Amino acid sequence: MRSFSLIDFVSLVSALRWTVTLVVLALAFGAPLALGLAMGRISRFAGLRWTMAACIQVIQSVPLLGLLFFFYFGMPVFLGIQVPALIAVTIAYTLYTAAFLGEIWRGGLEAVKQAQWEAGACLGLSAWQQFRHIIAPQALRLSLPPTVGFLVQLIKGTSLASILGFVELARAGQVVSAATFQPLLTYALVAAVYFALCLPLTLWSRSLEARLDGSR
Amino acid sequence: MNFLPLWRYQNQLIDGAIITLELTVIAALCGLIIGIGGAVALKGRATFLRWLVRGYIELFRNTPSLIQIFIIFFVLPSVGLKLPAFEAAAVALSLYFGAYSVEIIRAGLDSVPRSQIEAGQCLGLSGWQVFRHILLPPALRNAYPAVTSQFVLLLLGTSLASQVAADELFHVAGFIESRTYRSFEVYAVICAVYFAMAMAFKALFALISAAAFRWPRRR
Repeated sequence: MRSFSLIDFVSLVSALRWTVTLVVLALAFGAPLALGLAMGRISRFAGLRWTMAACIQVIQSVPLLGLLFFFYFGMPVFLGIQVPALIAVTIAYTLYTAAFLGEIWRGGLEAVKQAQWEAGACLGLSAWQQFRHIIAPQALRLSLPPTVGFLVQLIKGTSLASILGFVELARAGQVVSAATFQPLLTYALVAAVYFALCLPLTLWSRSLEARLDGSR
Repeated sequence: MNFLPLWRYQNQLIDGAIITLELTVIAALCGLIIGIGGAVALKGRATFLRWLVRGYIELFRNTPSLIQIFIIFFVLPSVGLKLPAFEAAAVALSLYFGAYSVEIIRAGLDSVPRSQIEAGQCLGLSGWQVFRHILLPPALRNAYPAVTSQFVLLLLGTSLASQVAADELFHVAGFIESRTYRSFEVYAVICAVYFAMAMAFKALFALISAAAFRWPRRR
């Protein structure tokens, strides 16, 4: 047994790089997919709308932990080959991000009045131009606060990767706690690091909400 | 892929699902009580109490639920309070759900325009009557969707209790996996069970909403 030292603190903070990596990967793949889902949800084609809604519904009704395990153990079954854990975990976080961001963005797109599309059509804009220049900017404004809010959920969600053995912040906490027998100090520090990461985003989301008031 | 070896374990799965439901309902009820108390405190005059509630909300909403469960399970024993796994998870999830409920309930109360309360007072209603007939119905209706979706997130979030070995559904999955070595099949089944429970609750909440909030929306 040894006491908690600077090295332990450094190992906690350096484990943050995995937390950040997971968040960046989830956003990089999840955000484009979310945009696709959101546009599918407001499509003219009922079949597409229903399919997208069903996909979102399924992902949102399964625990994130379940998604992680499903792909972690499922990838070899689907593909017949072993894949690195990072790929399986990235797929799970990507789907999670896409489902939640997709719903948030759909809400933003639907909140822009139908008349705005029609006004664009009257001006002779194509469907894409209407979306790009009229609807998207207004929808972005409406959905930015909840999008930042979801980022907080995602950061907190990366703590679950610890269960699959990723040495990110939560896992580093477990390791240090086991080595030093000081769970109080260690977990308090881990919580403090998450808090320091998430609180600014929460406050930012709230100030955006106040500034970009949608009821204008 | 072979799901047959799992068939023998259906009783364990049902027991696990029941414990998951117990954990969810206990945490939701305790969390709602915290939420109502917190919302009242936020509306109250005591500045210190307001700051305390604000601090509680920010602390619990900006740290992962998993770490909160770890702290309550692993850290509280070192100050002399040793809780079994289920109780520790129930406390942690109640506090987590409570932090979200305070904000939801406060927003629900705030959604009723001040002028309606004043109108009620002008009609000579007592404080209780104003609360019961003017403030409560629209506040409940406005808070209802947020509370129910948070409830479903709580149901899914109880899976984290498996990490301190509370005997809920996800922990049962680990047990069955260790017996059968059918990892993928086990977690596919577990996901399906959570999905079924979540959909059942969503359907139930939609029915309750349709029955309870029948008066027309204000335009």
